[in-house]
Amino acid sequence: MKVHDVAIIGAGITGAALARELSRYRLSLLLLEKEAEPAFGVSKSNSGIVHAGTQNPPGSLKARLCAEGNRLISGPLSEELGLDFIRCGQLIAAFGPGDLPRLENIKAEGEAMGVEGLEIVDRAWLDANEPNLSREATAALHCPTAGMISPYRFVHALVENAVGNGVVLRELSPVTAISRGADGVFSLTAGGGNYKARSVVNAAGLYADDIARMAGLPPYPIRPRKGEEYLLDRKREHIANRIIFPLPSGKSKGILVIKTSDGNPMIGPTAHDTADREDLSTTDEGLDEVLEGARRLMPSVNKSDIIAYFAGLRPAAGDDFIVRHEEAVPGFFSAAGIQSPGLTAAPAIALMLKGLLAERGLRLEPKEDFRPLRERTVHLFKVPLPRTRELIEEDPAYGDIVCRCELVSAREVRDAIKRGARTLDGIKFRTRAQAGRCHGGFCTTRLMKIMQEELGLSAAEITKRGPGSEIIKDERK
Amino acid sequence: MRTRDLVVVGGGPAGMAAALAARDAGVRDILLLERDQHLGGILNQCIHPGFGLHRFKAELTGPEYADRFAKMTAAAPEIEVSLRSFVVGLTPERRVSYLKPGALEEVRARAVIMATGCRERTREMIPIPGTRPAGVYPAGLAQKMVNMEGWIPGREAVVIGSGDIGLIMARRMALEGVKVRAVIEIQDKTRGLVRNVVQCLEDFGIPLYMRHKVAAIRGRDRVEAVDVVRVDDKFAAVPGSGFTISCDTVLVSVGLIPENELLEAAGAAIDPRTNGPVSAELNGTSIPGVFACGNSFKVYDLVDWVSRDSELAGRAAAAYLAGGAR
Repeated sequence: MKVHDVAIIGAGITGAALARELSRYRLSLLLLEKEAEPAFGVSKSNSGIVHAGTQNPPGSLKARLCAEGNRLISGPLSEELGLDFIRCGQLIAAFGPGDLPRLENIKAEGEAMGVEGLEIVDRAWLDANEPNLSREATAALHCPTAGMISPYRFVHALVENAVGNGVVLRELSPVTAISRGADGVFSLTAGGGNYKARSVVNAAGLYADDIARMAGLPPYPIRPRKGEEYLLDRKREHIANRIIFPLPSGKSKGILVIKTSDGNPMIGPTAHDTADREDLSTTDEGLDEVLEGARRLMPSVNKSDIIAYFAGLRPAAGDDFIVRHEEAVPGFFSAAGIQSPGLTAAPAIALMLKGLLAERGLRLEPKEDFRPLRERTVHLFKVPLPRTRELIEEDPAYGDIVCRCELVSAREVRDAIKRGARTLDGIKFRTRAQAGRCHGGFCTTRLMKIMQEELGLSAAEITKRGPGSEIIKDERK
Repeated sequence: MRTRDLVVVGGGPAGMAAALAARDAGVRDILLLERDQHLGGILNQCIHPGFGLHRFKAELTGPEYADRFAKMTAAAPEIEVSLRSFVVGLTPERRVSYLKPGALEEVRARAVIMATGCRERTREMIPIPGTRPAGVYPAGLAQKMVNMEGWIPGREAVVIGSGDIGLIMARRMALEGVKVRAVIEIQDKTRGLVRNVVQCLEDFGIPLYMRHKVAAIRGRDRVEAVDVVRVDDKFAAVPGSGFTISCDTVLVSVGLIPENELLEAAGAAIDPRTNGPVSAELNGTSIPGVFACGNSFKVYDLVDWVSRDSELAGRAAAAYLAGGAR
């Protein structure tokens, strides 16, 4: 059996960033994902904020890796991978003079981490730049280097480029057993397959505990923390010009008004500890909490603007990330407790893990044929009409609109499938078809037909997000 | 850019009736834009009878009703039908941009009639808490699956809301052998036609729970159950009244919303409560020369009334053009 140099468990943002980073080198790499597609776990419910590097405990891994991750995402990664990163900036709003010392403190801590451009702005600045912000807000810390990105498209870009550079991706492959032989080589059982690897990296998110236990390690102190988020209609795109935070509370960064790179503003998230790693339900209480928090920042947020909602679980493990080599099991590396600001930090976590792997003897010989570039995806909803005309001249299928709410063409859907989408959710995350105000009422059957054509599936085999989530039960024909 | 006398957006019953009435009133250059590959709109998936009793004094199915108008439209040389044509832009100067396979077209219209229909309210708009598994569908989507594709969404269903589409789909699912466990209605009366309550629920023994609501949808990958509670006069849950119904499918039929996003983007005044255009008169909008008719103006019970009122929109557009509009 082939022995991989590194097996990465989990194709969320952490595993994807590491796989792509290591794919620069002459290495045999395996990326194992439990779900039907990458980013279907913790990453899919991420807010999509690329944090500036503020609001992290001084001296923590979070503080260092977040600031570094922001520089990597905004610089080389966006260029090479065609990411839809938008540097919109962020405000942390203060409500009264009593809040000012805390703002000053966040500013000083951020500057110590090298965050650039931090500035405390007054009411006149807010009037001119964020007219919908509550009149109660008296000042704010402006963090111009913060931005937004589509969390799932970020993961997909990394995985796509990694696979293009030779990484072996195995989906629907939950790891169920890990053993370490006398020769130091790990054997893994995953989704009915058996694999061998000299090093294993645990990037299993909420399930990192289980993986640690299989490897013979004590579990990490992971405590899922649920966050409910509510998406507003794209018509409210310009309610905020920046990502708006209140001053942080103890447990979280508070209820925010979040611009997203797709246009729909999002409000949330809540932050409540839960014992259930499967609990992705939203609640009446969560909705009330989010609406109240969002209206404190932006009083014009209206319940009737909500077009979608979801809950995600943060894999919190104490106050900081856990990124280390496990001396008790040589060759086993942990990337656990990667919650906020994990999306921002992921590229820096990948570099740190690469360093730890190299210290343990992984040879990093650059590959001459490494291709850092990935073709940018086309999204008609982001394209001005003259460009749309050119695209249609290139391929008539750009003029064949499938999703009317979000303006998604048949060509974009087919591209998404060619790039790896296997489920309706996978198509939604990649293209936005079904993500608008009608929720797939008009386009679901057409999408299923395109999936049938491209993937050779029967209608009854098509799922929302993998086995068990089939869309229909029977076919009459 | 080519100028057309009248552009009608939408080739369902409203758009066809408006185009034909405008032609009858003397308009000679009409472009009818339809996004689907055939005329008829949502009528094509409404295979049950009950259409046309007023209009044609005959009991027709939806496709039969649509076909009568489609034939008249096809026979009218004054009406150019463009299928698979999806309008992406409307300006206050009545420039209309649309995509079709292979082309982005732009025309200037001397008058426009918007006949863009409506969409279903979703579970997200109520909003119903719980999980987000497969198996939760707007009733109209389920209707399209069953009637157009022969796809049966599930085996045990609960219908939320007693609108006509919900009632008709309860019967349609029962006819396909699906066990319809319940229809849940938060109000103390149904929203649908009385004949539909009788013919779709009572005749099939499907229980209707009035003054109840679904408190949560359960299930990880696919729907497993719904939690139901009784509600008081203020629609708040009555403590202790909760029960669970196991099912693999939830059909949501909680109302329709006029589709007016194009009008809104053009700057027309839209009533945020109904999503219909603000207008003192039937079929009007706040943009001169732009009319709206059918379900995009207001949601109708019967297609017969859609046809009747949309003809008024066609005549109004003709009168506007005859008045020397540029």
